[in-house]
Amino acid sequence: MSDTNNNNTITIDGREIPFEEGQTIMDAALAADIYIPHLCHRPGLSPHGSCKLCTVEVNGRSASACTLPAASGQEVSNNTEALNGVRKTITQMLFVEGNHFCPACEKTGDCTLQAVAYHLDMLDGHFPQFYPRREVDASHEGIVLDRDRCIMCELCVRASREVDGKDVFAITGRGVDARLIVNSESGQLADTDITTDDLAAHICPVGAILIKEHGYEVPIGRRTFDLHTVAEPGVEPVILKKGKHADEH
Amino acid sequence: MKSENGPGKQPGTSRNQADNEHLLHLLFDIQQRERHIPQRSIAELARQLALPISQVESVVDFYSFFHREPRGIYDFMFSNCTSCGDVSMMHSLSERLGVTPGKTRADGAVSIDTTSCIGMCDQGPALLVNGRTLTQLTALRLEQIAEQVETGTPVEDWPVEWFRVHDNVRKNGLLLGTPFETGAGLRAAVEKGPEPMLDEITQSGLRGRGGAGFGTGMKWKFCRQAKGDAHYVVCNADEGEPGTFKDRILLTSHAHAVFEGMTICGHIIGAQKGYLYLRGEYRYLLKDLQAVLERRKKSGLLGEKVLGLQDFNFDIEIIIGAGAYICGEESALIESMEQKRGIPRVRPPFPVTRGYLGQPTVVNNVETLAAAAHIAVHGGAWFSGHGSDKSAGSKILSISGDCTTPGAYEYPFGVSIQRILDDCGAEDVQAVQVGGPSGTLIAPDEFERKLGFEDLATGGSFMVYGKDSDLLDVVSNFTHFFAHESCGFCTPCRVGTTLLKNGLDKIASGHGTKSDVDEMFRMATMVKRRSHCGLGQTAPNPLLDALERFPHIFEQRLVHDSEFEPHFDLDAALEEARQISHRDDAEAHLV
Repeated sequence: MSDTNNNNTITIDGREIPFEEGQTIMDAALAADIYIPHLCHRPGLSPHGSCKLCTVEVNGRSASACTLPAASGQEVSNNTEALNGVRKTITQMLFVEGNHFCPACEKTGDCTLQAVAYHLDMLDGHFPQFYPRREVDASHEGIVLDRDRCIMCELCVRASREVDGKDVFAITGRGVDARLIVNSESGQLADTDITTDDLAAHICPVGAILIKEHGYEVPIGRRTFDLHTVAEPGVEPVILKKGKHADEH
Repeated sequence: MKSENGPGKQPGTSRNQADNEHLLHLLFDIQQRERHIPQRSIAELARQLALPISQVESVVDFYSFFHREPRGIYDFMFSNCTSCGDVSMMHSLSERLGVTPGKTRADGAVSIDTTSCIGMCDQGPALLVNGRTLTQLTALRLEQIAEQVETGTPVEDWPVEWFRVHDNVRKNGLLLGTPFETGAGLRAAVEKGPEPMLDEITQSGLRGRGGAGFGTGMKWKFCRQAKGDAHYVVCNADEGEPGTFKDRILLTSHAHAVFEGMTICGHIIGAQKGYLYLRGEYRYLLKDLQAVLERRKKSGLLGEKVLGLQDFNFDIEIIIGAGAYICGEESALIESMEQKRGIPRVRPPFPVTRGYLGQPTVVNNVETLAAAAHIAVHGGAWFSGHGSDKSAGSKILSISGDCTTPGAYEYPFGVSIQRILDDCGAEDVQAVQVGGPSGTLIAPDEFERKLGFEDLATGGSFMVYGKDSDLLDVVSNFTHFFAHESCGFCTPCRVGTTLLKNGLDKIASGHGTKSDVDEMFRMATMVKRRSHCGLGQTAPNPLLDALERFPHIFEQRLVHDSEFEPHFDLDAALEEARQISHRDDAEAHLV
């Protein structure tokens, strides 16, 4: 399949872009430097389709850009006022179901949820807070698990399984009681085989999985999203570095 | 193939030991024996089945019938369905036995809780005690139950008539009324050959009876054409839609036709293995279903060389669920079969190409398979000769609620709502919920509408609400149901169903304003449009239908003299402070 094949194109907000067989709408968009907001998607991991932030309309039907295979003739609406309104509501829902206190969070400025919220002009949580009770797991010597901030995106679940070759994380429970657990008899992170070298230890888009003893190394003002916008092409690897090398960019 | 399927779960092995050791079955045994799932059992099971500990743990937490804290020796679960539930009865038994609902009594003897519809809507109020179905509750029966508990009589020794479940077939039709000669459908299928029989099914116009209505012939054809190491037939008997119980009757009195439909499907698509996924609430049917399977094996209708054919081996196994409505969604059902949480998969790929263990799989409703067996005997034209243009054949309805004769009624498609209401003895009807909470709530001016895929599609639930029903209560019940049953995978449904539930509670408690109604409408529309699967896409239906057709049920509870009311009552929140300070004067109140 070649990019120049006229049949293999879709349009996103009127712009015609090529795609290759097997690509999703998200893949094609990222390759064409088109930003479709997303939280549970990360190139290199299997698509998940759970956060629904990448909701687009394909020939008038609602779909998740990260899971729907691209197909010739698709006319995709993405950056519209209506869809960004839906995305803002979804982002607000993610904020109120957990316990997110940005000013007190080490991840502030490096947090994709926060960046997406800014991108969508979200000024408040809008909905009544759920204030769930969630447990912190500080048992591991190098990693802390703060479930208050978990958004159930399962990036850590997939990173551990697909890249690290382990199975450290899982989601348990049902509905609004869903929560992140780890794979050990004690239920403690210290008793799993995770290490700070694992992708799963670094991939969290929020501040639910943090590396110990490395807090506030990059001052606020010079963090990832102080220097970049979440919609910037090629920002994914920068996000993963978590501001540490922000000065290089 | 990922590790989480466990060993012995590779496709192609038609008989493997592991199927008898399904995680859901092992957990049920532990729950019965220990009255909960202890932490050590989770690790033991994980080792035994070679699954990650977190996978076993997540399954325990996902299904309503497994508990991490011990339940009582007598564990009661009252249905909270508007038809087969009566939560006031739960409260009287709780009071009588000194139990706080949801908590096990201090001596460990009794626990009482609610559960989603248990499919006894024609003979409620009903409950499950230690997983066994108990129907037709009365105040007297509750007293008798309390006495059995107090005297420590084991549930096994309680009078058998308490547990009797009746078919209550009120109106026979094409399926319920046509005698089925065991083996006749399969013999016809074998004689005809797979291709011609598939054509027959296609020509019959049969569409899925679960409600979605996908063409059965088309589904079988796709699966037959799909390449794989093995093909599977799955009968979806996870009948969880509140108000539905017609599969219960088919499985009780027409199990041969259901199993024969599965076997015919197996012959056509080239499967050697079929699974019946039975909802946990129907566990009482298991023994009889297994006996039918045994008889079919002895008659050469199942097992090796079915009907003497050298190249046709087909077996059926039963997997029993554990209280999760979402598992009625076909891909969630497959996940559950694979010993995981019932999370709907991303589609495409569809199960017909990548289903159970990643192999081509047909998932059909119980009624669809029974119909297929009849079509094999009588031909496609026999079936398509009934019903309406776009909806061939008949539909078995489960009728419950405010009518004189609840039960199963079979009609050709195209029948009007009014005709059905007349037949079941429903008068002064305020509303009908067609197709269950995920279906359509209709008002009297729509009673001339007709059942069928072209007008009112239904999986069979038909709940009648008389003039004295509190419709806001009904909508609230359904909205709570969906929040309880949401799997939690996608944001719109996970968070949205709870926001809708909370919003409705606020209005029902007299604290809602016009802006709350507008907010709920906006949220309901979003959840319906943007959710991942059918659960979220239909969860807002009761609310949206009621807002459109019965706006007064909301308006009459609203606060009209203010634009906003907080969720909680500020003055009531000060009550504790008043008690502590021994004050009750005007100054100590906000109003």
